[in-house]
Amino acid sequence: MPSFVIAEKCDGCKGGDKTACMYICPNDLMVLDPNAMKAYNQEPDQCWECFSCVKICPTQAIEVRGYADFVPMGSSIMPMMGTEDVMWTCKFRNGTIKRFKFPIRTTAEGAANAYKDLKGKNLDSGLLSTEEADGYALPKPAATV
Amino acid sequence: MAIPNKPLGELKAVRDPEVVEREVDILIVGGGMAACGTAFEVKKWASPDTKILLCDKAAMERSGAVAQGLSAINTYIGSNTPDDYVRMVRNDLMGIVREDLIFDLGCHVDDSVHLFEEWGLPVWKKTEDGKNLDGKKGQKMGTLKGGATPVRTGKWQIMINGESYKRIVAEAAKLALGDENILERVFIVELLNDANNPKQIAGAVGFSVRENKVYIIKCKTMMVACGGAVNIYQPRSVGEGKGRAWYPVWNAGSTYTMALRAGAELSMMENRFTPARFKDGYGPVGAWFLLFKAKTLNGLGENFAASDAAKAELKKYAPYGTAAITPTCLRNHLMLFEMKEGRGPIMMDTVTALAELGKTMDKKELKHLESEAWEDFLDMTCGQANLWCAQDCEPEKKNSEVMPTEPYLLGSHSGCCGIWTSGPDYDWVPESYKIKFNGKVYNRMTTIAGLFTSGDGVACSGHKFSSGSHAEGRMAAKEMVKFVRDNASFKPTLKETKEELVALVYKPVRTYLDNMAYTTAADINPNYIKPNGMMYRMMKATHEYGAGTATYYMTTSKNLEIVIDLLETMRADCEKMAAGDLHELMRAWEITHRLYTVEAHLRHIQYRKETRYPGFYYQADHPGQDDANWFCFTNSTYDKAKNEWSLKKVDYVKIIP
Repeated sequence: MPSFVIAEKCDGCKGGDKTACMYICPNDLMVLDPNAMKAYNQEPDQCWECFSCVKICPTQAIEVRGYADFVPMGSSIMPMMGTEDVMWTCKFRNGTIKRFKFPIRTTAEGAANAYKDLKGKNLDSGLLSTEEADGYALPKPAATV
Repeated sequence: MAIPNKPLGELKAVRDPEVVEREVDILIVGGGMAACGTAFEVKKWASPDTKILLCDKAAMERSGAVAQGLSAINTYIGSNTPDDYVRMVRNDLMGIVREDLIFDLGCHVDDSVHLFEEWGLPVWKKTEDGKNLDGKKGQKMGTLKGGATPVRTGKWQIMINGESYKRIVAEAAKLALGDENILERVFIVELLNDANNPKQIAGAVGFSVRENKVYIIKCKTMMVACGGAVNIYQPRSVGEGKGRAWYPVWNAGSTYTMALRAGAELSMMENRFTPARFKDGYGPVGAWFLLFKAKTLNGLGENFAASDAAKAELKKYAPYGTAAITPTCLRNHLMLFEMKEGRGPIMMDTVTALAELGKTMDKKELKHLESEAWEDFLDMTCGQANLWCAQDCEPEKKNSEVMPTEPYLLGSHSGCCGIWTSGPDYDWVPESYKIKFNGKVYNRMTTIAGLFTSGDGVACSGHKFSSGSHAEGRMAAKEMVKFVRDNASFKPTLKETKEELVALVYKPVRTYLDNMAYTTAADINPNYIKPNGMMYRMMKATHEYGAGTATYYMTTSKNLEIVIDLLETMRADCEKMAAGDLHELMRAWEITHRLYTVEAHLRHIQYRKETRYPGFYYQADHPGQDDANWFCFTNSTYDKAKNEWSLKKVDYVKIIP
């Protein structure tokens, strides 16, 4: 189910500091053709259909079509990413449309607590830093053979 | 891997790349859940002057096995005990596991899950009257850490809204480590031993897949955590669909190959995972079995797994087969039996399951149930949702086929291959499970001093999944800091020169440039082979001889001899691999990594003269389990200088009754 780029919608992220799909693709598939200033999937049979490029594209220029070797034509699924939710539109081959909305995170982007100021005390104990801070008691096997 | 037959990639490779030399204390190779755990934890323990660097082949925000998201966290201990966690893993993996590693992980995994929730991962909650709330609505029930009740599917799994799971975890990891200590799109391809001690790690070499740069990085200690191995066998879909691997298609066995080439001991590499999943789309079945209580039916419409014949078959594998939860491999075994007897296809009876659940639900609850079924796919296997749309399949109206996939190698899911590591330095851990350097034990250290691993890299444990891999990465982080403290005077020294290392990494580029002009079509040249060709060569050999889907996962001693011979020739031919652009150079190194890993896998199958995991593979000359001779670990090492493999038995020690 390789991703494809709609020529009319892709502007090569010319206004941004990086080409978004090229930045995100976990398998290094999305590349920018610098002459056309448009991105494309350079190796469609290595696409995991993870939708990372679809979700990140600022102009909604990327979609995914079913793998040629087993997916009948005519369906599509498309995510719309919000800050708290994702909205999926699932279009069946027979025209049926289903929409689903799911939460994606409960905090603002960038707000994950990295505990930057937390310093562990006893490097020789078996406790992780946050466990040590919480006073966690390390379990032992209830019984051994 | 169908790479265009000339260097069409936008990033042309050149003969002489720029060389960047770095020296750090701690090098983290990988960017998935385990490496993110290390990145989060490491600075909490390291002194402020400690130099740390992380190299990820991709972008951490969406790299590794959780890139696409997940719909559940499969390991959360909660009100269970680590002791029972050990028993569950031991039974699923047919008895031979490292109970020290599993228990130890069970003590820490919940702390990582609590962090995920704090960072913003939506976790489903139970209301007081037993209803399920999604992760957003469930916030009003409080946090897991604060005592709120998760929505359990099985005993160990909890439901989440995990579309952004990896983004959230990577965000915390990057904030903790600092962007300045992270190199994305740098693919480490070879680990380097210390010039003064071949049993100690001293650095690594890799290259940028974005610019012509080779990185030579010296370090005192290193974590290698680059996931498992995918597409080492011919997949069931061989066209575009081979990208639709169940595990991430970019996992190239780099963890195992880089470790074994550095001399680290591997363990249980014969173990593999061939998950039964929805056919072709490879969507998850766990929620269907556990949350929706669906049954699988054979072609005759029979619930074959509950039949007397199935029970009799499972009895042959007691005590594992007769346990309350049937081990994953034996569930496959039963399914394969039906298929081979001509009673396929195997169907997931979604229609009956949803109808049964619907009997006690109102319309709104039913709608929510439908949404849950779709979210299970949309959170982690989007393509399966599209396949249902393309087939006009609504699960309440139409059943879907289930099929065991091509083989995968991994150590964090329902598999346990990987690298032999030290357990923790506790009094209840057997001495034979402890690996020491200068008299000190370092948890999760491999047999190469200073080289650590976690997640898919750690052998003999399994069932860590996303949360356990993260926790294990954190555990290893602390041990690495300890290693740096204890070996402050160690000065890593490489025996290879800068030129030798560049020649190694860029060899496929130079082979290409030296020979490309000889023919008119760049892919057809007698002087080299492209990675794409080598990939098909490997897949054909393993598929036909190495217990691939072609033979219903069956191999024989003679077939193993043939496939190992073929793989040896392929590895020799890797010397003539050619790459015209940086993307193809990445593929060249990935196929090299895959070849060593799958050879290790097959050499282990060859060595273990029994069939320990029926349903995952069958050694026809040694059917059934032979506890008298093979209730032990099998470990292997590889000597890079001599191209020699050595295998041995290692005693299993039962710890938990």
